[in-house]
Amino acid sequence: TSWMEQMVKDHPDVVTVVKYGKTYESRDISLLKIGLNTGKEKKAIWMDCGIHAREWIAPAFCQYFVREILQTYKTDAKMEQMMKNVDFYVTPVLNIDGYIYTWENETTRLWRKNRSPEPEDCSCYGTDLNRNFDANWGTIGVSFNCCSKFYPGSKAMSELETRAVTDFVRSRKDSFLCFLSIHSYGQMLLIPYGHPNYTAPNYDELMMVGQGATEAIWKVHRTNYTVGTPPDVLYPITGSATDWARMQGIPLTYIFELRDNGTYRFELPEDQIQPTCEEAYRGVLYIITYAHDKTFNGAVANTAVTLSGILLIFVFSFT
Amino acid sequence: EIMRLVVVLAVLMGVSGIPDVTISPPTASADTSAHPNSIPETGAEEDVMATGELNPNHYPARRAAQVVQHYLNTRYGSPFRLIGVQTVHSGNAEDVADSGRKYQLELSVNDIITNTTQTCSAELFFPKGKGQQPPEVKALYQKYKTNQTLMSSDFAQQLRSDISTLSNSKLPSDSHGHIEPDMKPFWHLGILASSFIMLNESTENTLYNVAQVANITQLTTEEDHLEFDCHTLLHEMVSQEIIHWKMLFTWSPAEGVKVVQMKRLPHRHEREKSPKTN
Repeated sequence: TSWMEQMVKDHPDVVTVVKYGKTYESRDISLLKIGLNTGKEKKAIWMDCGIHAREWIAPAFCQYFVREILQTYKTDAKMEQMMKNVDFYVTPVLNIDGYIYTWENETTRLWRKNRSPEPEDCSCYGTDLNRNFDANWGTIGVSFNCCSKFYPGSKAMSELETRAVTDFVRSRKDSFLCFLSIHSYGQMLLIPYGHPNYTAPNYDELMMVGQGATEAIWKVHRTNYTVGTPPDVLYPITGSATDWARMQGIPLTYIFELRDNGTYRFELPEDQIQPTCEEAYRGVLYIITYAHDKTFNGAVANTAVTLSGILLIFVFSFT
Repeated sequence: EIMRLVVVLAVLMGVSGIPDVTISPPTASADTSAHPNSIPETGAEEDVMATGELNPNHYPARRAAQVVQHYLNTRYGSPFRLIGVQTVHSGNAEDVADSGRKYQLELSVNDIITNTTQTCSAELFFPKGKGQQPPEVKALYQKYKTNQTLMSSDFAQQLRSDISTLSNSKLPSDSHGHIEPDMKPFWHLGILASSFIMLNESTENTLYNVAQVANITQLTTEEDHLEFDCHTLLHEMVSQEIIHWKMLFTWSPAEGVKVVQMKRLPHRHEREKSPKTN
């Protein structure tokens, strides 16, 4: 929270904190809204980090991303253009209760779910938030044993953290171009849908843009990332945030599974944080640039061309 | 006048050379092909297993490759050689009558410590039937000349003479993945011993990694080899479970790692609950 407040202090005309929900342990769920005020209606990009508590590299990446766009927009014309047309909604830690729990001591470091209390007939805490969204909820890739890592909750959207996201996004869903969820580990870009029997209507586009992003990632430190649907490259998933977002009509939704590929797993060493963030940033940038340009640049370029053409004819016909 | 017209036309043509970009209308309606209320096809999670040529990026080939990694580490690993799968190039799977499934893989594997890569052909057989039966693996690894042999024997020498150094060590030593350089060989040993278990426990529906070496202690022994007691946490990706195993294992540069005793520790749900507040 204090880091978020610092970001607002350092960039008051560009950053605001928005509290959009509360966790089970009554903590505020907040995001940073980042963009230039133009007075015009803007499009939006969503990024959430830390849905799964033990994936510490994810919140680190959200911080890196925020810092990076705030540093580059003043000198990079492209980023400035994007900040004018788009607002970035970044939630550095979505599952705050779980995250704080992993800092408690050595035995809690590998906690994954949120900290909702045990249901009546079962004796374990926590719901897997990334199985709790209303997207083919509770069908595949879950277990109704509340002790399971994949427990999807007592019903779809049962969790406070889930509803905070859906309430916020749903109220603005037509403005979202992109919905990105950051996780670890595995070095993958996962596209909808997590259910093996459903294919996203823009599957080809999602794969193509995903490939572009993994190429951009590879160029930084030669790290290999794989693109595909969860049933293809990992395992089936239902009730994920990105599937829900895709069903709301948000065209480009991706789960980023950051480093590593097995040596350190969730406890990524300090010296790998920077390079992981650098490469992931290039991947994210590829996707958001594509999303932005698809909506904005085409029209602008066309209009400019036609106008300059007409102008030239006028100029010449009067001489 | 004509010249001016020509120039104008030329300019216009040059300018209109910019490709026409179609703007797709914003997607307003929700995607109905995967409506939350539609009934999915019923079927067990395992479904029809992929057969024939495998997509190297998809999970069947990736999981099988991980099994090869565990096998190679049990055979060729040492405190100074840890093997990892780098890329799966191609794969093939087929049913073998009613007895199980056979895989063939072409991969690139990597010595994580020296960062040297080599190609590897592997054959795996996952037996069918009641209870957990370990897969059978055939794969070769070329042990290139590295410092590894010398470092291993120096390390063994050091441990034989100075037993008091290692007791109840946790690796990584903190939640941030930190491992002191002189502790790395012990961490590798913990991973190698765990590789026996991971190999034994692997099926087509698992993907094992070592999450943490919770505790490793060197024990006194009269034998030529060195003896260790170890508690590791394995991460099984497909279930996302953390599974605790206790092991007793031996190591010598000549014999490699041998697991003498292993025991899976029960899932302690109580650890996942908050203490009751007073």
